[in-house]
Amino acid sequence: MTTTEQIIDDRLLEILEKVSDPEIPVLSIMDMGVVRTAIIVDDMVQVEITPTYSGCPAMDVIGDDIKKALKEAGYESKIDLILHPAWTTDWITPRGRKALEDYGIAAPLDAEADKDVLLNEKRIVKCTNCGSQNTRLVSQFGSTACKAQFQCDDCQEPFDYFKCLK
Amino acid sequence: MKNENLYNYILGIADNSLILGQRLGELCGHGPSLETDIACTNISLDLFGQVRSYFQYAAKIAGDDRSEDDIAMLRKEREYKNVLLVEQPNTDFAYTLGRQFLFDVYHLSFLSELQKSTDLTLSAIANKCIKEVSYHERFSSDWVKRLGDGTAESKAKMQEAINDLWTYTDELFHQTDADKAMVEAGVGVDVTKLKEGYYKNVSDLLLESTLEVPESKYFQKGGKEGIHTEHLGYLLSDLQYMQRTYPNMEW
Repeated sequence: MTTTEQIIDDRLLEILEKVSDPEIPVLSIMDMGVVRTAIIVDDMVQVEITPTYSGCPAMDVIGDDIKKALKEAGYESKIDLILHPAWTTDWITPRGRKALEDYGIAAPLDAEADKDVLLNEKRIVKCTNCGSQNTRLVSQFGSTACKAQFQCDDCQEPFDYFKCLK
Repeated sequence: MKNENLYNYILGIADNSLILGQRLGELCGHGPSLETDIACTNISLDLFGQVRSYFQYAAKIAGDDRSEDDIAMLRKEREYKNVLLVEQPNTDFAYTLGRQFLFDVYHLSFLSELQKSTDLTLSAIANKCIKEVSYHERFSSDWVKRLGDGTAESKAKMQEAINDLWTYTDELFHQTDADKAMVEAGVGVDVTKLKEGYYKNVSDLLLESTLEVPESKYFQKGGKEGIHTEHLGYLLSDLQYMQRTYPNMEW
């Protein structure tokens, strides 16, 4: 049985924090919560990552980037993809949420509010440009599977909203 | 193969996602609007991602030199176990979304049960996929409502699509021998138990969409046993073209 706890060796934390999500370069994979385990066993680093979405094309790149970053720091590594427990947007850290917002992607709301904006067209998602909540859903699916398209009716800015995944 | 029933059972689940994913992928660059085009291809991507998890597991069970790609690309038509519903052509947007809706409602209830499987890999995959599929179901339900309760023309088209696709719904609840063996082993989902809830959910949404629930009791089946409609062959010739023409090619 896998736990939902993250197990990261302190010596590796700084290296892993420098690896970013290829789709959202401002976001560290650690803040994204996709690295579940990183431990050193007999000079070999064992890393377990979990996909955000099953078909996420970024996962292969993230695996390669981790390997490269560890190699530069002098570690050989083995990367495993695990499916359980399944990734949730709750694992995005507060720092990660802020990085998303600064980049122009509205951070996920809780599950109930998420349903309200995607199904009942409630206007509560904050515009990443002007902060207004007078925003509307353009499409439930956006530039990647994890995002929906929104537009602000005050400043007219179109932006992405990171959908809640629980 | 030691675990032949399990292998066939996984293919039965995965082939539905593979074939539906391929159908949706055909809309890439051809959707009726930019947003729906992106939505259909995003759903397709989710389904292909799920397929990879299933086929990687199946390849491990097969235990020979078969890879996930071999399983996806190199089988013959009769060896695909998907239901007839998912191989039906896109025809128009009402058919595409009607097909999606009729499958999503089933897919959601199926995955909900598969999460309880005693096979830990399958339950983990189900646990992952159900989050994505709940978005698919919201999207397709929303469109059935919008078209059904829309203009006279959109309503007529949506009704026609549902009427035509209805004949393929009953097959979702048929059990093959591999299904039965897997249910007995605590691994598989007893789909016969999902039938009542399925028709209730589908009927409720159709009525809410001001559409009629088809009364026809004439149903087609065969896909799960490898007996397909003529549409699958054409779909596979597209899907398999590169690997058949340039064996073992890589990008």
